[in-house]
Amino acid sequence: MYEFLRDLDRRVIFSLMALAVAVPILLQITPPEKATPIVRDAFETIEALEEGDRVYMAFDFDPASAGELQPMATAFVRHACEKKLKIYFTALWPVGPQFIKNAERDVISRDFPDMVYGEDYVDLGFKTGNEGVIKLVANDLRTQYPQDARGTPIDDIPMMEGVASIRDFDVIMNVSAGYPGTKEWVQYAVASAPDDVKLVAGCTGVQAPLLYPYYPQQMSGLLAAIKGAAEYESLVLGKYGRENEPGMYQEGLRRMAPQLSGHILMVGLIFVGNLVYFMARKRGEA
Amino acid sequence: MTHATRRGNATFGVLLVLIGVAIAILNAVAFHPGAGTQWTKRTEHVHTLEDGSEVRWTEHEAVSVKEGREMAALEQDAAPLFSRTAGLWGAAILTLCIFSFLLGDNPLYKAAEAIVVGASAAYWMVIGFWETIVPNLFAGLFPDWTRANFMPKLSAEASVDFLLLIPLALSVLLLLRLAPKIGWISRWPTAFIIGVFCGLRFISSLEADFLSQIGPTIKPLIVMGENGFDLESSFSNIVLVLGTMACLVYFFFSVEHKGAVGKVARSGIWMLMITFGAAFGYTVMGRIALLAGRFEFLFDDWLWLIDPKDAHPAQAFLQTIAPMLT
Repeated sequence: MYEFLRDLDRRVIFSLMALAVAVPILLQITPPEKATPIVRDAFETIEALEEGDRVYMAFDFDPASAGELQPMATAFVRHACEKKLKIYFTALWPVGPQFIKNAERDVISRDFPDMVYGEDYVDLGFKTGNEGVIKLVANDLRTQYPQDARGTPIDDIPMMEGVASIRDFDVIMNVSAGYPGTKEWVQYAVASAPDDVKLVAGCTGVQAPLLYPYYPQQMSGLLAAIKGAAEYESLVLGKYGRENEPGMYQEGLRRMAPQLSGHILMVGLIFVGNLVYFMARKRGEA
Repeated sequence: MTHATRRGNATFGVLLVLIGVAIAILNAVAFHPGAGTQWTKRTEHVHTLEDGSEVRWTEHEAVSVKEGREMAALEQDAAPLFSRTAGLWGAAILTLCIFSFLLGDNPLYKAAEAIVVGASAAYWMVIGFWETIVPNLFAGLFPDWTRANFMPKLSAEASVDFLLLIPLALSVLLLLRLAPKIGWISRWPTAFIIGVFCGLRFISSLEADFLSQIGPTIKPLIVMGENGFDLESSFSNIVLVLGTMACLVYFFFSVEHKGAVGKVARSGIWMLMITFGAAFGYTVMGRIALLAGRFEFLFDDWLWLIDPKDAHPAQAFLQTIAPMLT
């Protein structure tokens, strides 16, 4: 047994992980989720807004992290639409505009067809410049965004009236895959006006431990990795869920069953790995 | 690993990708007819120019297979689109090519990697030009020309902003890096960029990561709630305060880490290790989520084995395999 475990081919481990993730997906298991305080605070921050309030929706991610972040992006947009908030989409990552278009197609056009472009939501598109863009937006949004993604000058867009800087938004909702992302929004937008700017973010698991210190003073709530997305989805579904709820609003919840089996496998492998190590040391092989 | 083993693994990887594609084709023909097709709703647009000539174009809006078939049944203009179907199959096959790296480096993985890098670089360049250089630079410097060629909606009252000549000049200087003899000039704009970002980062880090963090770290060690002593909050605050102090002591190198200082510094290392452990756990969670996302794409969009989004006429996986098992 010891020799078998010591010489275990890494391909066996890959196959086990593939099975652990694939089987729950194929069986379509969806475990229930209970929201933690940090996610509930994010949800309540949006819930506290009034109809017509402005949210700055920054999609700072790309397809490489869409598996983790798309569910929270979808949940954010749906929640904002249900609350009848005015949504201002932007992106600091070049592929971000594609996700904005996906949100517009899959959520707004399909389930909220009454929303009018330019009056209820606007796509300001991608801007290069990383934190430089955030710094400028914090003081003068109109210089940075002279037009929207469709080429319309922002002076001609009704919902841009009265918007001069980030202070004119009620909440920033950021979905972040790394740099530039939530950390930069805290450093350059929130820090510029801590009393005027509220930030709610969803981030990848890799970033989460670095962002927790910002909660609750500099960030009103955080959706950490797919677990945070699933919890937020459960809150949105609990409040606004309908009969025959479209599956795209439960993407995060669906990903929790593979998480469970994958993590059980990981814990098992770490245990076995340590066992083999100590056995090897006892035999004088390590 | 010997050269022969590496070669064997590479061949095995390529073979598995080919088998995967063959199974998918069989699935699309025999088990789930039409699997992996992408439907669109077509809309014809006509725009009349000032000279009276017409510009026509067709817009393809993606719809689910179910919606597309329902529209087609109602004689609306919806049909499978070859280019998008090829795109979906391409994405699925490239996913398999990337997965094949787990068995060993192989030509299919290398090809997929090169496509990702090349496509990303090109996409970045194109979108940077159209979303930033055109509206932020050209529209400011040459408004009439930009309106005529790129942005017909640009206001006729837009005036020339000569301040934009500065970033334009810096950009040109930066590109001189491509000329070996005068490449040194590109150091000036580089120095400007570094200087600006150093200044920005210094202030923001000091404000957001240092000053703003001091307040939340000063917490009462004994918390009294509505019902008296709050054990959970008190314990949480004690761990936070002592953990922060211990970590700070670990990074304080002016005193030798011996005796009491050494013990506190050691507990600081433990705190850091716990943080790294939490970060590793989150990283695992992230990676599994990405793998689950890819599998869901393969099983749902490509193979139609599952249908969580109610998008295509697929049977649930168990219903599909049940007849085979019985």
